Amino acid sequence: MSQSPRAPSVNATSSHLSHATKGLVTQSGLPLLPLYEPEGGAQASLGRPGEFPFTRGVYETMYRGRPWTMRMFAGFGTPAQTNARFRALLAKGQTGLSTAFDMPTLMGRDPDDPQALGEVGREGVAIATAADMVRLFDGIALNQVSTSMTVNASASVVLAFYVLAAEAQGTKPAELRGTIQNDMLKEFIAQKEWVTGVRPSLRIIGDMMAYTSRAMPLFHPISISGYHIREAGATAVQELAFTLADGIGYVQCGLAAGLEVDAFAPRLSFFFDIHNDFFEEIAKLRAARRIWARVMRERFHAQEPKSWLLRTHCQTAGVSLTAQQPLNNVARVALQALAAVLGGTQSLHTNSLDETYALPTEEAATVALRTQQIIADETGVAKVADPLGGSWFIESLTDQMEAQALRIMAHIDQMGGIVEAVEQGYPQREIGNSAYEFQKRIERQEEVVVGVNRYTQAEQSRIPTLAIAPDVEREQIERVRAARAARNAESANKALEAVRDACQSGENLMPRLVEAGRVGCTLGELCGVYRSVFGEYRDPGGF
Amino acid sequence: MAEGKIRILVAKPGLDGHDRGAKVVARGLRDAGFEVIYTGLHQTPEMIARAALDEDVDAVGISIMSGAHLTLMPRIVELLKAQGQAEVAVFGGGVIPEDDHPALFKAGIKQVFTPGASIADIVTWVRQNVRPQV
Repeated sequence: MSQSPRAPSVNATSSHLSHATKGLVTQSGLPLLPLYEPEGGAQASLGRPGEFPFTRGVYETMYRGRPWTMRMFAGFGTPAQTNARFRALLAKGQTGLSTAFDMPTLMGRDPDDPQALGEVGREGVAIATAADMVRLFDGIALNQVSTSMTVNASASVVLAFYVLAAEAQGTKPAELRGTIQNDMLKEFIAQKEWVTGVRPSLRIIGDMMAYTSRAMPLFHPISISGYHIREAGATAVQELAFTLADGIGYVQCGLAAGLEVDAFAPRLSFFFDIHNDFFEEIAKLRAARRIWARVMRERFHAQEPKSWLLRTHCQTAGVSLTAQQPLNNVARVALQALAAVLGGTQSLHTNSLDETYALPTEEAATVALRTQQIIADETGVAKVADPLGGSWFIESLTDQMEAQALRIMAHIDQMGGIVEAVEQGYPQREIGNSAYEFQKRIERQEEVVVGVNRYTQAEQSRIPTLAIAPDVEREQIERVRAARAARNAESANKALEAVRDACQSGENLMPRLVEAGRVGCTLGELCGVYRSVFGEYRDPGGF
Repeated sequence: MAEGKIRILVAKPGLDGHDRGAKVVARGLRDAGFEVIYTGLHQTPEMIARAALDEDVDAVGISIMSGAHLTLMPRIVELLKAQGQAEVAVFGGGVIPEDDHPALFKAGIKQVFTPGASIADIVTWVRQNVRPQV
């Protein structure tokens, strides 16, 4: 491209300036400041980016200083198959890993458990032993890459296996960066993968928070997730309110585990869904940051500014994708991803166009990643922090989202807190009602879904889908049985007993779980200890 | 409706916890005038067949998002047949690729609804394909 002789001279000197502050320009060469704000400075309710209450973003320079992490959720089949997908995504420019586990792993069941029938490796990768985890990250330096793991009920065991996988590479726990989802409140509210009940689950989470704050200071022990709440049918306002109420629950959980608020609050992270209503989603992220900053400073008296920050991962809305005319999903994902970026996310997963049919093919996952790269590198939207800040519309919508969410959060406080609210089924009922209302609105054509209730066409474009070979289940069953046969039975039994003792005595479980993983105890056996000591949780049913 | 009430079991097999679809469909079928029983989550095929017998249903609607449909759905049909409920109409929905539909039909599943199916479509199908027992 030829450069105009009158292009701003800042281009010529940019090499002397850091990436964060160097002058950027539009395609026509107009200069772009890192931030735009009213004459006379920022309003107190907004702050500047990086300033309380962080309405405009958590970092001063936002994406000029640090682009969001492009983190594609991936996992299927055997650890070796997922390892190959991880390597392919990293080779294509992905900047962080995100692991999807299969249902048996999420529910604390080994591949040969009768309840795992037909599900091994189907919806994610099957992990039953520390050795499986070593294979999953084979050849990927865990001291170099940050890893997100979407696992909750069995998260304590998976974290122990992850520590062991790092150890096998010579990496210490203190060097590990990443996030484990570990948000059980939203499991009871929305995603419904559990091992034991609400209160024992929170005790296990408290142990993990205490352990990571000491041994893994760079690791996020919890990702407080609105995503599943939204996907289960919540409105954006409900997603915001229930997620932040869960966050308050985890702060209380950390305090109950004997931690100082500033010792763990900076490591709490969040995860929101980004659905179709473009401006509402942007306003939701802005309101979330402002509410959280005030909750942490005013309610919990956190002193450390990092404790006030709501740092979040976002994912485009799987539930918004359609099986009809599936190529249209690329456009939906692009618009949702753009909203996440304009809302100031720190990390993003973009869904693949084929997800209403199956787990994504590599080609579909690549298109989704490329969508983020197009937003980052072609559109120019990342050049200015909070580019929509100060829009009368966006600020009004942000204020309204905040007010509505605070009202629901106050109601939860009146019920005695989120744990009581969940035990009484309050968020669950609200979400069920919203899901049904939304479906009825679609059927009355009050919500348009292109290709489903408008612009339908008889002939459908067929797309290729990923098939998981049926021998994955057999392979994983054989592998876990061989692992059990090969280990020292006495050491394994002793280690399981030590975990049982810690469950009963209240001693921190994590060191015991790491030892148990080291001597070959399986995920199903360790979660089996939880089931036997704490009791198994069952779906209360109802609809 | 003049006819006797159709009884439908909405079932959630396997470890998959995605129950939005199952619950929305269950409510929609109830509001359309059918009697609906929901199993709750994390049911084995045996538990579902048992519930179908205990509740003496005319149809079983299976919701499955975990990719285990080729294993779990035919198993439920087999168990129903084995306990003398061959006439119970089994249908399903969820994240189920079209390439898998023929195998499911062959195994005795009468209809598969994919994402985007409306409650109205499902209600119409039930009215046309399920008869209450006399």
